[in-house]
Amino acid sequence: MRTIIFRTIAPFLTALMVLFSVFVLLRGHNEPGGGFIGGLIAASALAIFGIACGVASVRRALYFHPMSVSAFGLFLGALAGMLSFFKAQAFMTSQWLIFDLFGVEIALSTPLVFDIGVYLVVVGAIGSIALALEEREID
Amino acid sequence: MAGSSVSVDLSQAMATAPVAAGDWLVVAPSLITILGGSLCLMLRKNTDLQPKVGIGFLGLLVLANLALLIRVLDHGVITMVMGSWLPPFGIAFTVDTLGAMLSLIGSVVAFCAGVFGAATIDNTGRRYGFYPFLLLLMTGVCGAFLTGDIFNLYVWFEVLLISSYGLLVLGNDRIQLDGAVKYGVLNLVGTNLFLIGTGMLYGIFGTLNMADLAQKVAALEDPASGTLATVAALYFLAFAMKAAAFPVNFWLPASYHTPNVVVSAVFAGLLTKVGVYALIRVFVLILPASRGYLSDVISLVAIGTLLTGALGALAQSEVRRLLGYLVIAGIGSMLAGLAVGSTLAISGAIFYAVHSIIVMTALYMAAGVMEMMGGSYDLRKLGGLYQKSAAFAAVFLALAFAVSGLPPFSGFWPKVMLVDAAFSDGRVWLGTAILVSGFLTTLAMGRIWIFAFWRGGPEGTPDGQTAPVTAGTAVSEAQLSGGAVWLPLGILTALVIYFGLQPEWMLELSTQGASGLVEPLGYLRSVFGVQG
Repeated sequence: MRTIIFRTIAPFLTALMVLFSVFVLLRGHNEPGGGFIGGLIAASALAIFGIACGVASVRRALYFHPMSVSAFGLFLGALAGMLSFFKAQAFMTSQWLIFDLFGVEIALSTPLVFDIGVYLVVVGAIGSIALALEEREID
Repeated sequence: MAGSSVSVDLSQAMATAPVAAGDWLVVAPSLITILGGSLCLMLRKNTDLQPKVGIGFLGLLVLANLALLIRVLDHGVITMVMGSWLPPFGIAFTVDTLGAMLSLIGSVVAFCAGVFGAATIDNTGRRYGFYPFLLLLMTGVCGAFLTGDIFNLYVWFEVLLISSYGLLVLGNDRIQLDGAVKYGVLNLVGTNLFLIGTGMLYGIFGTLNMADLAQKVAALEDPASGTLATVAALYFLAFAMKAAAFPVNFWLPASYHTPNVVVSAVFAGLLTKVGVYALIRVFVLILPASRGYLSDVISLVAIGTLLTGALGALAQSEVRRLLGYLVIAGIGSMLAGLAVGSTLAISGAIFYAVHSIIVMTALYMAAGVMEMMGGSYDLRKLGGLYQKSAAFAAVFLALAFAVSGLPPFSGFWPKVMLVDAAFSDGRVWLGTAILVSGFLTTLAMGRIWIFAFWRGGPEGTPDGQTAPVTAGTAVSEAQLSGGAVWLPLGILTALVIYFGLQPEWMLELSTQGASGLVEPLGYLRSVFGVQG
């Protein structure tokens, strides 16, 4: 698969897909999208980069082990649900922070944090499976 | 579905009353284990720090469960609805005495296993993720005990199954993968049946909240209708598979001797009991009428399980396989309680579950110690352990008496209750089967005692003579010299002796747990009182 065309285009494609996955993640609260599907897109971006340029370079680029990324996502997801403790509400009750930033209404919320957690879990889990499979093929 | 034509009013759909900080204990076990598990996973490469963090979080889990049980005993059943969405649509965690008690005992066992694992799991096993898997397994186990929603119960089953697959193949031996395939396939079939049953239940009632289901089933004119009978049969088969009841018990002896002994100990203590818990929860709380007409079937299954377990144990000469069959025999006793179904019988089954969680874990740990001392799990190669450590021989004898149901240890009281309940219900064969199974178990444990402890040395040593005491390998000597092996075994044995000598506390708790299921007024009020 290491043709020159693919190797040239893969980094751009990967960057674009990761960007798109973040877009899908952020629009997910009220529209189709969200952490899970965003995570899948990002994981396939990692897989494409791995096929084109080798798994070692993906691991270098990620810096953290995919499994640790996944664990951090789980950690974040659990923490997101715990914020409602301080408002004497049940676990996972959503908390909102809505403010104006240069005339644009920004709505930050704990479901968003939870969704980011899901995104990281999916990127980490699917990414580490994909990288492990690709590693076998190359050896 | 009841609310489909009514427009949604948010104030009626969400809980608005402030939640007391103490009620957060309901989710604390799941949260602690998720946070601890993910932290250990991030520290996967740091094999020195991992046991400390893991055991620390397991200790926290025990404390949280203890506080939860105390709160449940003080305040009655506690319900928390996730995200404030009210039942029957929101997912509720509803904790009664039964759930809190099993969750506490389960976490004590997990804590002991975490400590034991610090000695027996090497650095490779730690890098493979023993502690993250153990903690996430406990997420599933505690979640299953504490949830009040039947689909949520399914989700926790999946969580604990996935973690248990990980623990089972820790190390990637050929024999482990072989055991894991058998374990995995049967459990996948079981979970699928569970899911199908849950789908049908939702199709009939349009709700998955256990309290809501219990009310709607009780309000039915014909509780023995065909569809509901199908659901009941599906649930019974699915949970019986998880619990390793006869005739779907073959996966347990085929897989439980393959992993590291501490993993076997956790599995033997917890996994099958979650299946039994689900059976009790579903058939006593939600589908009491179905339990009524299935009781003869359950009784037959219980007799089969009791006898297969005890006879299988007699036929084995590998200690861990033998113990695997004893797990099955214990499941038979709990099913006997379910078959009879009176408050006495259910509380006997609950008490037996608590006893079995503790004693089976302790016995697998003892098997691990036997291997460290004698170099093998094979009864033919073991011998002379009494000479090596008389104290360990005493511990083993206490556990052997307990698992056989002999006084004055923890196995005696629940067996008395179960036999009493079976005979007073007119189920003579069931009561007899419990007694026969107890007798055969005594014989099986007696074989271990004679071969491994009394005999002077391995097979071939002449009577009355003792083989020279051989030193173990450097690894096993190092494992035995630390407290990490003896502390958990000591804690569990102390519990076995305590529950044997002072059964009142446990009797009261299990009776309270059973009567809370048979007459679930407190349970229902806890879930729907939130709305009023």
